[in-house]
Amino acid sequence: MSLAEHTLPALPTAARPAYRGAFWRLYRSELRLMLRRRRNLALLAVLAAVPVFIGVAVRVSAPPKGEGPDFIGQVTSNGVFLVFTALTVALPLFLPLVIGVVSGDAIAGEAGNGTLRYLLTVPVTRGRLLAAKALGVATFTALAVLVVALVGLSLGAVLFGLHPVTLLSGDTVSLGNGLVRTAAIAAYVAVALFGLAAGGLFVSTLTENAIGAMATTIGLAVFSALLDAVPQLRSVHGILLTHNWLGFGELLRGQVDRAALLRWSGLHLAYAAVFLSCAWARLTTKDVTS
Amino acid sequence: MTLAPPRPAVSLLDAHPDTALAVRTRGLTRRFGDQTAVDGIDLAVPRGAVYGFLGPNGCGKTTTIRMLLGLLSAHAGDIEVLGHPMPSHLAAVLPKVGALIEGPAFHLYLSGRDNLRRLDSCDRTADPATSDLRIDEALARVGLTAAAKKRFRQYSLGMKQRLGLAAALLQPRELLVLDEPTNGLDPQGTREVRHLVRELASDGTTVLVSSHLLAEIEQIASHVGIMSAGVLLRQGTLAEVLAEGTARIRITTPDGPAVTSALTAFGLREVREDVEHGQVIALLGEHPVEDVVRTVVATPARVRGFVTERPDLEDLFVSLTGEGFDVAR
Repeated sequence: MSLAEHTLPALPTAARPAYRGAFWRLYRSELRLMLRRRRNLALLAVLAAVPVFIGVAVRVSAPPKGEGPDFIGQVTSNGVFLVFTALTVALPLFLPLVIGVVSGDAIAGEAGNGTLRYLLTVPVTRGRLLAAKALGVATFTALAVLVVALVGLSLGAVLFGLHPVTLLSGDTVSLGNGLVRTAAIAAYVAVALFGLAAGGLFVSTLTENAIGAMATTIGLAVFSALLDAVPQLRSVHGILLTHNWLGFGELLRGQVDRAALLRWSGLHLAYAAVFLSCAWARLTTKDVTS
Repeated sequence: MTLAPPRPAVSLLDAHPDTALAVRTRGLTRRFGDQTAVDGIDLAVPRGAVYGFLGPNGCGKTTTIRMLLGLLSAHAGDIEVLGHPMPSHLAAVLPKVGALIEGPAFHLYLSGRDNLRRLDSCDRTADPATSDLRIDEALARVGLTAAAKKRFRQYSLGMKQRLGLAAALLQPRELLVLDEPTNGLDPQGTREVRHLVRELASDGTTVLVSSHLLAEIEQIASHVGIMSAGVLLRQGTLAEVLAEGTARIRITTPDGPAVTSALTAFGLREVREDVEHGQVIALLGEHPVEDVVRTVVATPARVRGFVTERPDLEDLFVSLTGEGFDVAR
């Protein structure tokens, strides 16, 4: 068949219009992808197990006064404190682990099994893909914190009952006020962890090796905690990624230092902004050879 | 009087504006380290063509395809796909391009259908209302309806390849880029893909298909491009490329030396005598066959047979890219 024989089809048609709400469709697809994966569900189950273990252990035998993690002494008298204890226990390791796995996998996982090239040729433009991934990872981070908080609260209610909350400053506030503070604590922790999640997303754009990206992300949190434990580095402690994670205790004072909380949250969001910018710079210029 | 700027060799394609080309590259170059994977190639794929993109493993076909689709950046040269420069117009161009690049890749733990749903959800130009319908049609078109609910992990190589084709067919396309589409398919599957490509091409879809199955390409392609070691060696309609001066004549005669000297005197190249078979072989080149016959018959030599052999694609391919089994580099 020669060129003359085939009829030339019509000249290029105009670009196809985008449907409204297309970004949310992409975002929902991201969520489905994360939540249908058994590994991720198992990670959430591990997080749910944290308050369960603490609650059951405390129920079986109350810890001696002044020992164990923060807040554990108050759990027997008020189930709300199970949430705070569980968050205190989960923050150094379990939560960073879960967030490291999910955020480290976000792009490196797609690159590693080749689906990234098909996403990009659909096409999902790279900026849009990063936005959807970032939002997806943020949602999963919030969900992870929510799992710890809700399991802690429900189990605390069943095992110890919910009562007006005695604050660190000694004042007692109503249960309603206590629950509002609990919600604020969960939100604070989620924002704090999003700094790490954004770091994971950046690492994820650097490699096709998802396991490596996950380990590096968890390593980020561990390294920051390590620096935080070296007294000679006191001058930089204030700006470390993990330094203010446990600062949520501020919300359990009579006079909440809002300025400090805003400053810390600002730092976490600044980390997120820097990491996301790096991720954007990397992903939008990356050669996809996988 | 000013001199006209030098023009490149006249090509069929100059008759049309660039919109007549579905894919056009100029001086496209890509290096990896100090190795030049793609070295200044000028690809021209006319709209409506089935363009067979051929070359040995590692010759730069897939690198070229990745650059066309905006996955890799080019170090030099420019690209137009469906009349738009790439990768700057990627978001407008790619919805009209279906692609299968270096084998299928899907999420292992999702079913075939869910994998297609995932890709469709990512396409902002895809109508969510018709998503299920289009997915079912695409699955049916590649014969995967029965396996739609199976996890991708459980698919055979052929089923994976079919799912990759289905993904390329989720939306109506103006251009399909199929990298080794019959890889892993059984003979029936290969036939079906050939059929599918013909059917799509008859609807006006341009198909750029890379393959090492030359017989396959010879059956479906209207145009071919042959690449080797990063360079585009030949390009044109299948007939043009095949016709290219490599036709041979084979004369069966007991008087080999006489025929040999007559042909050499006539001006044929690579004349040689195959004593064992009693034959004389020569490249025909641009000479009319009848003139060669007249020359031979005019000699006293006894001629028992005269055959003109057109090389097939495989002969041409091997003559251009070499015999060796080793990858190019």
